[in-house]
Amino acid sequence: MTAKKKPARKTKRATPARKTAVRAVKRAAKPARAPSAAYADFMVQAYAMENDARDRYTEFAEQMDMHNNPDVARLFRKLARIEGLHAETIVREMGWSKPPARTEAWMWRHSEAPESAAPGDLHYLMQPYQALELALESERRAVSFFSGMTHSTAPVEVKRIAREMAAEEREHVRLIREWLKKFPKPERGWDQDPDPPQQSD
Amino acid sequence: MNAPAPAAGLKPQLFKSDVKPVWCPGCGDYTVLSSVTKALAALEVRPENVAVVSGIGCSSRIPAYTTCYGFHGVHGRALAAATGLKVARPDLTVLAMGGDGDGYSIGGNHFLHACRRNVDLTYIVMDNRVYGMTKGQPSPTTEPDWDSKLAPHGTGLREFHPLVIALASGANFIARATSSDPNGTADLIAQAVRHPGFSFVEVLSPCVTFRPEQRNWKEMVHPAPVAPTDDAARAARRLMTDDGFNIGVLYAGHRKPYRPEMGRPAAEVAELETEFIL
Amino acid sequence: MTGEGKGLDSVSIALAGSGGAGVMTAGNMLLEAAAQAGYYGLMTRSSGPQIRGGEAAAMLRVATTPCDSVDDRYQVLVAIDWGNVARFAAELPLDAASLIVGDPAHGEPPEVFLKSGARHAPVTLKDIAKKITGGWPNMVALGLLGGIIGLPYAALRAAVERSLKKGGGALAASLAAVQAGAAEAARIGSSYALAPAPARTARWLITGNQAAGYGAIRGGVRFVAAYPITPATELLEWMAPSLERVGGTLVQAEDELASINMILGASYGGVPSLTATSGPGLSLMIEALGLGVAAEIPIVVVDVMRTGPSTGIATKTEQADLNLAMYGMHGDAPHLVLAPNSVADCLRTTQWATHLAETLQVPAIVLSDQFFGQARAVLERPETVAFAGERLRAAPNAADYKRYALTESGVSPMAIPGTAGITYTADGLEHAERGTPSSLASDHLAQLEKRARKLASIDYGEDWADLEGEGELAVITWGSCTGAVREAFSRARSDGITGRLLSLRLLSPAQPEKLRRALAGVTRALVIEQSFGGQFLRYLRGEYDLDCELTSFRKPGPLPARPDEIHRRILDWSRA
Repeated sequence: MTAKKKPARKTKRATPARKTAVRAVKRAAKPARAPSAAYADFMVQAYAMENDARDRYTEFAEQMDMHNNPDVARLFRKLARIEGLHAETIVREMGWSKPPARTEAWMWRHSEAPESAAPGDLHYLMQPYQALELALESERRAVSFFSGMTHSTAPVEVKRIAREMAAEEREHVRLIREWLKKFPKPERGWDQDPDPPQQSD
Repeated sequence: MNAPAPAAGLKPQLFKSDVKPVWCPGCGDYTVLSSVTKALAALEVRPENVAVVSGIGCSSRIPAYTTCYGFHGVHGRALAAATGLKVARPDLTVLAMGGDGDGYSIGGNHFLHACRRNVDLTYIVMDNRVYGMTKGQPSPTTEPDWDSKLAPHGTGLREFHPLVIALASGANFIARATSSDPNGTADLIAQAVRHPGFSFVEVLSPCVTFRPEQRNWKEMVHPAPVAPTDDAARAARRLMTDDGFNIGVLYAGHRKPYRPEMGRPAAEVAELETEFIL
Repeated sequence: MTGEGKGLDSVSIALAGSGGAGVMTAGNMLLEAAAQAGYYGLMTRSSGPQIRGGEAAAMLRVATTPCDSVDDRYQVLVAIDWGNVARFAAELPLDAASLIVGDPAHGEPPEVFLKSGARHAPVTLKDIAKKITGGWPNMVALGLLGGIIGLPYAALRAAVERSLKKGGGALAASLAAVQAGAAEAARIGSSYALAPAPARTARWLITGNQAAGYGAIRGGVRFVAAYPITPATELLEWMAPSLERVGGTLVQAEDELASINMILGASYGGVPSLTATSGPGLSLMIEALGLGVAAEIPIVVVDVMRTGPSTGIATKTEQADLNLAMYGMHGDAPHLVLAPNSVADCLRTTQWATHLAETLQVPAIVLSDQFFGQARAVLERPETVAFAGERLRAAPNAADYKRYALTESGVSPMAIPGTAGITYTADGLEHAERGTPSSLASDHLAQLEKRARKLASIDYGEDWADLEGEGELAVITWGSCTGAVREAFSRARSDGITGRLLSLRLLSPAQPEKLRRALAGVTRALVIEQSFGGQFLRYLRGEYDLDCELTSFRKPGPLPARPDEIHRRILDWSRA
């Protein structure tokens, strides 16, 4: 199992995380001068990351619905909602009249958006604990993505907001760890199914 | 602030239908579906101008999961149906999609001739080296020593090499993609669609149910270390010697696509009678 | 045949020889000359298995009325050489009134021909040709045959000129050879001269394969994918350039599995589509035909039947693909099966099949056969009929669009790719109205009923069959047997026998009510077909409740049905 996801951050009614994000955007997006192009680009990217993560969790939830795993479906849906809120917040705080385009496909070219959980790690018998592990891994990737920015040659205002976002993601990691404690670790053999796979077409 | 939002293009969601996939969670095909929707959004085509044609198998269920026009035909014949459709309707963007059993075994002959014919369409094979829908029999790309109920000691047969065969048969664009990289796969699919003629994208797409060890593929794939070539001889050498996990465009040729003229009548139907009249 | 002095109403002649002798070229010219002279005609051919150099025979019937059948006997057999011509003996029946012309340079005619009692008249075809620079024995034979049946030289000359458009030395030599041959005819003195030609009418010279191809184009077909197969290939070869002229195209597929799936793809795209094949190819296409039924995609498949099973006798005719066409598909798969019953009808029936397929969104199989497909006929210009593809299309952005909506007629509007707001997936999986896969019993039943209903919901009019005559006796037949049966039956009428001739054109869906009316009052029926196992008889028994007593007269291919044996059988049966 790998882990991913940041959604956890908001999940736990984690208002702190959410507030952090909003604060970060507010601080950065409302400088006295108009935001630089580099700054706006960065925020588009941040928006895309949230958006991709939300879509991914929604797909996961649908897969779990289809495979009759409602507990995990519910959890993924919650994670998706949190990511979605985050994305909306960015739109609102940036004052965009509508969500930016070109955020979907090419932002990360030959890699996934850092916060998107890996679809290959799902299992139809997976348990909430494992779903949260996925989310945790995603949040960690988000942390390193933003931390990486702070060591880049990006303009100072971008570095500043990246630093704040990295801190926020770190907070999410912490919150998911907390959340994980509420669920039992799956026992050995959790993926055993006494019946063989079905034949279809 | 009043910073203008970037121009709104098409969203991948536009291409995703409300029919929910029956694939196993963890299956690489989910990612390929997502990559296709991203590629189509990036190509800025409308769903009604795209046709997704497939045969039979797990991955061949894909047309109904899109909002494009779909054709879910019989086993192994996706390329034939796609060829007929594209020749008759050159205005459409046509994607043929399916699995390794559908495309390389029962549909193997059509694969050869679709490469040869070089109709301007894109063929995306989700290769998991196993028949999933019939519960785990070896396919043409299965390793010779993989045990299964039908071949308890492995098939002992050499694997089919789809990329080499595509090159030898005349495909105009050859790429390998991996479901562990959805955006990269989307990019490769978009390039394949843009490239004139027959474009072939082989996607390593793990079967988590019958080939759980394929989950490790994501650790094994790596970007192709060299730029695409238009030199078939060089491409052949690369394909024959690569490790099967090079990801990227491996060949992009310049063959002229097969494109008979349709819909421009030079004569009235009744004029055809002339040759019969005494 | 008519009395002395007036001339014959019909004469059958055969021109045989080995490869290189040019018997087909001369045969075609003779048919054209007969047409030029105002006669009707029918030419069939036979050849050995060799690609080049084999024995071959051009077999013609020239008559004062249209001919849909070969005759009982050949009046004249001309052989440029005797090579392996004896192997055609069964196809070239002669009798004591026949004339055999052979070149003494190639020895005596084979015993199998002489034992008929036919008169033998040697003509030194080769020597005569040699005396003319650039002269050919087949052109001498052409002049000879033209003379024997009384064609005017002008008609022969016109046919030769039309064929040798280049003119020059070759034309002059050919015409000289034709004249020399005609002089030989006068020398032999044996005359099989035709009665004067009937009044001129508008006529065509066409093969059944061309007629079927033209009917399809008239019906709206603009895309063809096919794999070469004897005896359907000429249909495709005619269509390839013809389609191009009218804005369509033909793709040569890698096999029949590809060709049928290609036309399904093209028709799904909104372009009326066709493939042509023969029995082995049709066998390969069956699975995809079922897809056409399930996904409701109109296509037309012309099966130019040949002798089966398996590779059988690829160059000869038989009516034994009926079972496959009717019952070959797995599942309950209602579809159309139609059969032309003359060369001219290949046009009308294929056009009608295209129209019905498009209207009903269903595959149609047209059962032609080698006899029709490869026969060249001089016939009355077929009437222009209005059958044209009329596919019910869905409008853009139709609210709550359902591709497989359960309509009253069973036909539901089809979304054509490129139309916004109504995309769907055509599916061979059983589906709900929207097209989404469903394994529910209720959806399966509803869609089965829908697919059956649409074929039952339209009126096929009077084209379902040809009905002639009246009385308590009936002869029921189909396809290429029809011409011979009609001729036999007309002879039986001269013998004082009254009865009905029924030739079925629409085989699926069966029309029980129409058949009941057509046969009302009939007590006995003779079922005539060209299959060893009686496929048509079993079809009639299976699809219809017939009150009358059925008797079967059947023979397998490869020999075409001839009127005399059918006539004899009708006499025996009617008097039993």
